[in-house]
Amino acid sequence: MESLIAKYIKAPIETAPLAVFRILFGLMMLFSIVRFWSYGWIDKLYIKPQFFFSYYGFEWVKPLGVYTYLIFLICGLAAVLVALGYRYKLSIIIFFLSFTYIELMDKTTYLNHYYFISILSFLMIFLPANANYSLDAYLNPKKCFQYVPSWTVNSIKLLLGIVYFYAGLAKLNSDWLLKAMPLKIWLPSKFDIPLIGSFMGQEWVQYLFSWSGAIYDLSIPFLLLYKKTRPFAFVMVVLFHVLTRVLFPIGMFPYVMIVSALIFFDAKVHLKILMFLFKVFKINGARFNNQTVFNERSSFKLRFKHMVVVLFFMLQLTVPFRYLFYPGELFWTEEGYRFSWRVMLMEKSGYAQFKIVDQESGRWFYVDNTDFITPFQEKQMAFQPDFILEYAHFLKNHFEENGHKSVQVFVNCQVSLNGRLSTEFIDPTIDLAKEKESFLHKNWITPFRDEIKGI
Amino acid sequence: MKKVVGIFCVLALAWACSSDSTEDEEVIIPGEKEEVSFERSAMLINWADNIIIPSYEAFSADMEGLLSAFNTFKADVNEGNLIALRASWLTAYKSWQHVEMFEIGPAETVGFQLNMNIYPTDNEKIDGFIVNGSYDLTLSSNRSAKGFPALDYLLNGLGDTDAEVLAFYNGDNEEAYLQYTEDVLKNMQSLTETVVSDWTNGYRDTFIANDGASSTASVDRMVNDYIFYYEKYLRAGKMGIPLGVFSGSTLPRNVEAYYEATISNDLFLEGLSAVQDFFNGNHFNSSTQGESLASYLDALNTLKNGEDLSTLINGQFNTAKSMVLDLSAFRAEIENSNTPTSMLLAYDEVQKAVPMLKVDMVSAMSISIDFVDADGD
Repeated sequence: MESLIAKYIKAPIETAPLAVFRILFGLMMLFSIVRFWSYGWIDKLYIKPQFFFSYYGFEWVKPLGVYTYLIFLICGLAAVLVALGYRYKLSIIIFFLSFTYIELMDKTTYLNHYYFISILSFLMIFLPANANYSLDAYLNPKKCFQYVPSWTVNSIKLLLGIVYFYAGLAKLNSDWLLKAMPLKIWLPSKFDIPLIGSFMGQEWVQYLFSWSGAIYDLSIPFLLLYKKTRPFAFVMVVLFHVLTRVLFPIGMFPYVMIVSALIFFDAKVHLKILMFLFKVFKINGARFNNQTVFNERSSFKLRFKHMVVVLFFMLQLTVPFRYLFYPGELFWTEEGYRFSWRVMLMEKSGYAQFKIVDQESGRWFYVDNTDFITPFQEKQMAFQPDFILEYAHFLKNHFEENGHKSVQVFVNCQVSLNGRLSTEFIDPTIDLAKEKESFLHKNWITPFRDEIKGI
Repeated sequence: MKKVVGIFCVLALAWACSSDSTEDEEVIIPGEKEEVSFERSAMLINWADNIIIPSYEAFSADMEGLLSAFNTFKADVNEGNLIALRASWLTAYKSWQHVEMFEIGPAETVGFQLNMNIYPTDNEKIDGFIVNGSYDLTLSSNRSAKGFPALDYLLNGLGDTDAEVLAFYNGDNEEAYLQYTEDVLKNMQSLTETVVSDWTNGYRDTFIANDGASSTASVDRMVNDYIFYYEKYLRAGKMGIPLGVFSGSTLPRNVEAYYEATISNDLFLEGLSAVQDFFNGNHFNSSTQGESLASYLDALNTLKNGEDLSTLINGQFNTAKSMVLDLSAFRAEIENSNTPTSMLLAYDEVQKAVPMLKVDMVSAMSISIDFVDADGD
């Protein structure tokens, strides 16, 4: 045990992997922000809509109208400073806060990889990623360290490992393995992809993709850890993510994962990358080789920092299992679905028609959802109970402000999951205006009619 | 170092390969695929050649018939010619129900649906235009003063009896009334000609060639337009809105062909059968069937061993149809009872097909509705 701690936590290792990770992370994030901005998505997703779906407890986080651009600007600048390693601690804190703020503005846009960026940047607050090969180290040689404790690099490996392994665990269910769902739905529609398109309609290909996807996710962290399998594993990482990029519209995620996986390589590789960068930018890299070790002097602050990191990882390990506290099928109710690395597991869509009843006059009518929310929001709302509830409350408030009295809100909602015929999703006799959001089970969700076995 | 270079080569290659355009030409290897062997291009050809273009051509001919009936009426304004003109109007209006859903390509460009059939028509605006004699029917702000609904007013709504209507066409202002009616007709005819000729000269080939699976591919767009039509124009426009299901109180004035008063249910049924024929790939005016949404679903189903969705959808269309068949004209249903219960029940059946199309069908086909250009995960 002692030796394990010594090796994986305390032992000094080259700062290079951490520095390369910081540089590439910053650049990727900058590129993500620029890409998001250039596609006009800030306007489309955060300014145009008149209503935003909030995370429970974060209702106060809203887009700031035209100033939303400012948040993205701050986030992008922080990413640049992170890459440069200039005033790193402050920069990464600003990056974490601004990026997380953006993600909390509307849960319609929730993506696992945005969550990954958020928690990764949180972790990076506690890592001395500017210890070397950074402007901070360049400007202040006293703060330049060639070696850092090994836990700093290992924590990133651990986080990546959790992401992959948990994503693999989530695939161990009967829909994915025994029915090849939802790939059986998605792949045939990719018939027009060059070279491989003609195979996408074949059943064996769909099973092959399902099974190899699950095996890949479960094994890749270990294959990357062992030196002998590492080159092979990295080629697999590249192939896997390129394939997902070709098949599915998943934006920056594949690139983020490919670049992140570089962290598993030896410092030698990272030093070569750095040498290359020094050559390109004509920087004298020699001044960074000062043989100093970043010592963590025992203090309250340090212990607190370590505690936060330990707590962080304990949460990461347990949060994905919170679904066990809820009755019913996870894929159906989605209670405990988010923040758990459940990626691409469902072809789920719904149709929700809200009925407003004015109890005083007895009059009723249906809502035209396009009056209030965007097609994207409507699409996401129609199969997620927490969205449906929040929207129902919005409708009640809206129509009561417009002169209707004691409004009841009912919904007729049909949802289809992984190729099953759509069935009733929400009890149509329940007045949603009376239901409150909480972490408790929503007993007005109509139970799932089928069964999905597995984790 | 070599390793690193190699890795970056792979990365660069990956980046290059993953560009968004997948326009690369590829030889399609036919046969041997036992699984999903459905060819989207065959369905597109069937849609274009056997349904869409023939429907447009039939409609275009009926528009010609309507115009010539008008010319007869114009030359000799009398009751017999008015009745004949109305009959031609009805024929063309029914024929219109078979093309209204194809708001894609040329029709989308000119805004065919919006220019031909916006109701309720603005009768006061029409009166004003006739009195003033100055108007520009090509302006989008004047869409509520033209098309079939305007003709409905001009032929059926000017007076309660034929004599009263005729009085406008042979009274003091006869020139202006005939002129306005003719201008409305000419506008409809020229739009129709544009759409039909664009389809036959070029767009048909574009439509068929775009046989991929992206959000801008013909199948994806057509399915979106088809469902949009069913939900918005057939279900809501022709039934739901006048019934008041979106407003809480009935709006009889919003019935299609309000002034004629007796044909709104027939127009709806024409539209519904056009929708069902399209779903099943029935050739226009014939019992022959080709590749269609239904056969596509069947092909996908052989793989999934799921429920027979095409049968369920056809069943729902049939139920809706038989419920509406039992109704009288919508205006009477809405005006003659406090709560139009039987029409509401029929509406529910029409409504039930929406989730089947919008959730189950598109989900099976992996087509996104209201495609949003955003990342997934």
